[in-house]
Amino acid sequence: MGTYVLRRILQMIPVFIGATLLIFLMVYTLPGDPIAALFGDKAADPAQVAQLRHLYYLDQPLWKQYLHYMWNLLQGNFGTSFTGRSVAALMGDAFPVTIRLALVAFAFEIFVGIPLGLLSGLKRGSLLDTLVLIGTLIVISIPVFVLANVAQQVVGVNLGWVTPTVQNSNDISQLILPGLVLGSLSLAFVTRLTRTSIGENRRADYMRTAVAKGLPQRTVISRHLLRNSLIPVVTFLGTDLGALMGGAIVTEGIFNVKGVGNLLYQAIRHKEGPTVVGVVTVLVIVYLVASLVVDLLYAVLDPRIRYA
Amino acid sequence: MPDPFDPENPTHTRLPDTHALDYAGNQGMAVEQDQLLETRPEKREEARSLWQDAWRDLRRRPIFLVSAVLIVLLVIIAIFPGLFTDADPRHADLVNNYLKKPNWTDFFGAGWFGYDGQGRSIYARVLYGARASITVGICVTLAVAITGGLAGMVAGYFGGWVDALISRLVDIFFGIPLLLGALVILNAFTHRTVWSVVFALAFLGWTQIARVMRGAVLTVKQADYVTAARALGAGTRRIMFRHILPNAVAPVIVVATIALGGYIAAEATLSYLGIGLQDPTISWGIDISSAQNVIRTAPYALFFPAAALSITVLAFIMLGDAVRDALDPKLR
Repeated sequence: MGTYVLRRILQMIPVFIGATLLIFLMVYTLPGDPIAALFGDKAADPAQVAQLRHLYYLDQPLWKQYLHYMWNLLQGNFGTSFTGRSVAALMGDAFPVTIRLALVAFAFEIFVGIPLGLLSGLKRGSLLDTLVLIGTLIVISIPVFVLANVAQQVVGVNLGWVTPTVQNSNDISQLILPGLVLGSLSLAFVTRLTRTSIGENRRADYMRTAVAKGLPQRTVISRHLLRNSLIPVVTFLGTDLGALMGGAIVTEGIFNVKGVGNLLYQAIRHKEGPTVVGVVTVLVIVYLVASLVVDLLYAVLDPRIRYA
Repeated sequence: MPDPFDPENPTHTRLPDTHALDYAGNQGMAVEQDQLLETRPEKREEARSLWQDAWRDLRRRPIFLVSAVLIVLLVIIAIFPGLFTDADPRHADLVNNYLKKPNWTDFFGAGWFGYDGQGRSIYARVLYGARASITVGICVTLAVAITGGLAGMVAGYFGGWVDALISRLVDIFFGIPLLLGALVILNAFTHRTVWSVVFALAFLGWTQIARVMRGAVLTVKQADYVTAARALGAGTRRIMFRHILPNAVAPVIVVATIALGGYIAAEATLSYLGIGLQDPTISWGIDISSAQNVIRTAPYALFFPAAALSITVLAFIMLGDAVRDALDPKLR
């Protein structure tokens, strides 16, 4: 187990370096001069431009910039944004908000998606099953920005249950509606995945054995069927966590949540290189750690899988 | 020791069971040999036995028929939008038509779905918007299927350091979220067309197909008929394209069809965020974005492009679902 985790962490290093290099190249080699943009309509003073370029290390060759960035990163320094704020501080404000939002969405997926999938998988062809299939198809095909707008209009304005936009991003009760919207697409996937998996496993030999042993139905379903059916679902949920944090751009924009999505969108639009690279670096780490955790969870769900 | 992180592990995805496909492939071979004794073999026909089977299965599925009809209709609209309306989607008449309500009796007329905040016919814009979405969806899927398919096949077939290199590259690209990466790339273009959006999505999207293809090739290349072909002296290219590709392509087709709907949604999202397509290109994403400012007074301005977008995405996802069920004998 220990050596397996160690090996996986070592394997992450080249992927991490490659992914940060890729986003670094995308941000810094694509056309558009962020320093010139800082001056807006005014003519830029060459001396000042040179000084700013030197300050942000932009006067160096690209590979030196990257090494410089990585060296700082290893010391926990994410650099400074072009507006002069530390990127770490910007992320420190944004990440807790997005983590709360993602947790709302994640809880919604687990506590609604898995039971729905279980029920419709057990009763294939029933009315509930058909409703679930049609409902999830509809949710999958409606883009999130339409769903968010409709939810905001109906729940926020017409019914008046919540304020249409989030006033205080640190208040988790205000994040419930955005969280539900954010999680809806993944909820549909979780439901369908659970349904398929249950459908495949319910006719397995171990199920017949468990029933023949005279185990109560509840035990058969929760201990045998569900546990064996959850592996693809857990895989999806693991990769989804990173996607929820990075993919919240649209939802956060519509509901005015001051999270990572908002920060990234502004940073991309204003060519804030250090902020974009910093946030994506953290998202890559989240993705890598989540996939490791998923692999370790396999061993919990299925004792046949062991990591030596 | 099982390593569930390996993409070829079938617990990972809902893709067709590659073992089952392998089996079907072997079966095809057996039939081929039988026929060799009796008549001259129609090789092309026999190699497609799985596909004929799938086709027979597909034709009976209502979901397939509905989605196929929808897609054919959408493609016709995308190619010839003028067949369905005389109205000019770019003609703006603010004086007479500002946010005019839908006129339900004006079938197929300019005012059928009402007018948007610029006084343009929503019906005409919904029709003309199909072209951008369908073009992006099909082109990205083709580009991704070719590059990802080739990369996956080379990685799976040659193995060794080639596989290690390509697989790490796939891991690296996989770590960067599609939407974020596309935003960064597209932000560099000051003048964005359909092709810049296609490029941005294809540049980041090929990894999914590469993983699926690699997994399928790894199973297929163990098959006896590949060994037999090699023993008969077939070259690498012939083995790859005549023996492995037809037997490994099924899961790729399923994933690509479902992804097509996703790419259409991604294009709309990018356009909605203002970093995708730009005027004068007509895109549902742009129209939805401008309609959300007037959602309280004119919800129909948002509803029609949103409905068109949803139906398009739905059609491709349903098609992918139906094709998967047809190609995966395990679910029958």
